[in-house]
Amino acid sequence: MKNRPPLLLLTSLVLLFLALPIVLIVTVSFSSAVYLTFPPPAFGLRWYRAYLGSADWLASTWLSLAVAAATVALATILGTLAALGLTRLPRAVRTAAAALILSPLIVPGIVVAIGIYYAFSRWGLIGSPVGLVLAHTCLAVPFVVTSVSASLANFDRRLEQAARSLGATPWGAFRQVTLPLIRPGVLVGALFAFITSFDELIVALFLSGSGAVTLPRRMWDDLRFAIDPTIAAVSTLTIVFTALLLGGAHVLRQRTAR
Amino acid sequence: MDGGLAPLAAARVGRGASVSLVDLEKRFEGVGAVRGISLEVASGEFLTLLGPSGSGKTTTLMMIAGFETPSGGDIAIDRQSVVGVPPHRRNIGMVFQNYALFPHLTVAENIAFPLKQRGVDRATRAARVVEALQLVRLPGYEARYPRQLSGGQQQRVALARAIVFQPRLLLMDEPLGALDKQLRESLQLEMRRLHADLGITFVYVTHDQEEALTMSDRIAVVNEGRIAQLGRPEELYDRPCDRFVASFLGESNFLTGTVRGMEAGVVVADCAGAVLRAVAPQGLAVGSAVTLSTRPERMRFDGVSGAAEGNRLRTTVTEAVFAGERCRYLLRAEDGTMLVLKEPSSATTRRRAVGEVAEITWPVADTVVV
Amino acid sequence: MRSVPALGVPVGTLRVLPVRAWNIRALVAGPALLVGPLLLFMAAFYGYPVLAMLARSVTDPHPTLANFAQLAGDGVFLHVFGNTLRTALVVTIGTLLLGYPVALALSRMRPTAATITLTLVLLPFWTSVLVRSYAWMVLLGRRGLINEALRALDIIQTPLKLLNTSFAVDIAMVHILLPYMILPIASVMRQIDPSLPRAAAGMGATPWGAFRQVILPLSMPGALAGTLLVFVLSLGFYITPALVGGPRDLMLSQLIAQQVDLLNWPYAACLSVTLLGATLVLLAATQVLPGVRGAFRLGSR
Repeated sequence: MKNRPPLLLLTSLVLLFLALPIVLIVTVSFSSAVYLTFPPPAFGLRWYRAYLGSADWLASTWLSLAVAAATVALATILGTLAALGLTRLPRAVRTAAAALILSPLIVPGIVVAIGIYYAFSRWGLIGSPVGLVLAHTCLAVPFVVTSVSASLANFDRRLEQAARSLGATPWGAFRQVTLPLIRPGVLVGALFAFITSFDELIVALFLSGSGAVTLPRRMWDDLRFAIDPTIAAVSTLTIVFTALLLGGAHVLRQRTAR
Repeated sequence: MDGGLAPLAAARVGRGASVSLVDLEKRFEGVGAVRGISLEVASGEFLTLLGPSGSGKTTTLMMIAGFETPSGGDIAIDRQSVVGVPPHRRNIGMVFQNYALFPHLTVAENIAFPLKQRGVDRATRAARVVEALQLVRLPGYEARYPRQLSGGQQQRVALARAIVFQPRLLLMDEPLGALDKQLRESLQLEMRRLHADLGITFVYVTHDQEEALTMSDRIAVVNEGRIAQLGRPEELYDRPCDRFVASFLGESNFLTGTVRGMEAGVVVADCAGAVLRAVAPQGLAVGSAVTLSTRPERMRFDGVSGAAEGNRLRTTVTEAVFAGERCRYLLRAEDGTMLVLKEPSSATTRRRAVGEVAEITWPVADTVVV
Repeated sequence: MRSVPALGVPVGTLRVLPVRAWNIRALVAGPALLVGPLLLFMAAFYGYPVLAMLARSVTDPHPTLANFAQLAGDGVFLHVFGNTLRTALVVTIGTLLLGYPVALALSRMRPTAATITLTLVLLPFWTSVLVRSYAWMVLLGRRGLINEALRALDIIQTPLKLLNTSFAVDIAMVHILLPYMILPIASVMRQIDPSLPRAAAGMGATPWGAFRQVILPLSMPGALAGTLLVFVLSLGFYITPALVGGPRDLMLSQLIAQQVDLLNWPYAACLSVTLLGATLVLLAATQVLPGVRGAFRLGSR
């Protein structure tokens, strides 16, 4: 079946609609003007300099990277172990466990955020990076579990049996056979966990306080005062950063599919 | 060879392990998959577990390998019970269905895997890999990855990997199932050669009766979790003990009738409107119902060269099919029993036409009670 | 055979395993140790906090359902709830109308064109909601791209008020949720045997007829999945309406956040139960519908 011109035109318009705002942000970030005007009178790196010259922006960036890194470590270890265990659980137990583990994908963000705020404020975890890491891990773990489970579904259990019959201990079989074969799934899960934490805003709105202002939180605060093109520069950097990570994930997926 | 490692292919008597299964049972959620299998596999024997899918043959193999825990009974290797010994300490070679080669390792790394688990040093590993690949006639393939090999080559690598650590027992689960007919036949011969060279015990699982007949020293026909019959291939083929074995192992004609009398190890029965005789190991009561079984290729049309006297039956040809090396006839006896007759094809024998009435004969020795 | 001649041992003396204990330990103990740490972690830092908060709806000041009873007569709540449903409905219809044609075109493209299209669909998908909402602030602002363009073309003299309206919320959310509509439909369409429309054409169907009688009915599970997914996600939106929406047309999430700021926990918990309940009821419906379940594997943010 061929695509007819009206359908192609409509599709192109929708794709334009999808891409336009992002193209706009990138363009504005290179503007030389003080205000948001479009098209920009001239191009320059003024707002990138403003970003790099601001201790607050940089502090938030480092905090977000650190929180995301810690989240990745926790979510990947806990999530990978859980995915390995889930496949071996009796069906009924597995369904119940998976429901809890995957529920952050479904429960509305605001409900999760205020619930965590409610408990963490009593535990003194407001304004602390530790609180953010604990919360972000819960939000990121579903991505690790689904990704690792998907690669385990493609994994032939007979390979583990073969390793055992050839003299490998249970741990040896896991380390030498299972882990290398599910590694792409683990890495993709880790990447998604990173992006989840790095982009997360709603929980950060409640948990950041004044002591742990993440990058999205600082962007939010700035947006409420004035639309300053520094945010466009920061946004552009996060878009590029995310795209690079996803490019990595894509390459890994291709390797898994092989 | 130095270091206490003998060459792989050095046939020695008693090199293989003996295997004893005693009343072995396996239930899955209460349903019996294996329901009391007792079996003695002698040292150096090539024994095949033959049965339809779901008969329990693979479960039995998995219990010997240690991947399934018996629900009852015992497994002994060299008279030592191995129940409770984890698979990696059983020192049993195993070739899996679809081979289970490690896709992230090269051929050499795959074959060296069991040696590495046993702490064999790098140089010895490399030497043994070369030797194992020569033994399966695949030299020079060390650096390939499994996905770069054909099915037959993967099969050989799996075999090399399973024998490189000199196990005394090799288990194989439908190892030729995924290959085409020609390749299967050549690998069958090679498997026999390897068995002779290595002198170790083989336990082989298949649902392919031809494969079982070609390769095995003995065959255990497994049905519904039990051994239906155990014996040498020709014993099973010529003297099937029941209707299941007779029809699962090759093709058989069944004739039902009533016992008329006994004559020195031979039963005389009224079947299909004639008096027929069959070998009967034990006496049968006069008047009791009996089923006789004969192979289609042991029957001949009367008067043709090679036709033997013995049993004789009047039939009508209802279908005639030329199938290359033989002609296959479908015949109807006077009481309506349908029979198959296979005649070696030859330009000199006359083809029977559909509707033709023909007398057929076959030896009493080729007729058994099932 | 009751004894093994080669062994010379009667059967009874051979070891028979205690079946039950062994199996259960082997089956459950290992996996439980693997899954356990995550379950404990999530129960402590996610399950307990959310449930404890939700419990405030029925325990404050004493065990009662009065908080829920009050919702029915609460003008603010009814307005916000109505607005939330209206927004979700508009956004769902908008994404369906825009997304379906893209999915259809995608299913008929050559591999290269399809990859480019899919990348264009996925790029915004993985750009944070915050950044995309910000982009719409830039587009719709008083001195934003749209107003400037209209002024430059002399269509208007004074800038239109586009930002901080429910229109801004609708369009920004359609933009953000469009991929969630396109991907399930496209994945279902990919599975439709391409020889089916050809067979229909061979039997005399016009291209439109083949689409209406073959492709459209077969792609319904995908459209249904996308519709439910977008609707459910719309109900819980917070960031976008907070940034581009008006102060009067709040969404449920915004009202909840507002009540938390006022430390009115029982009311916030009540609203959370309502929002979560609506989400779960809709998702339960998807479990019953055939062909929809798989499309939910995408995850959501």
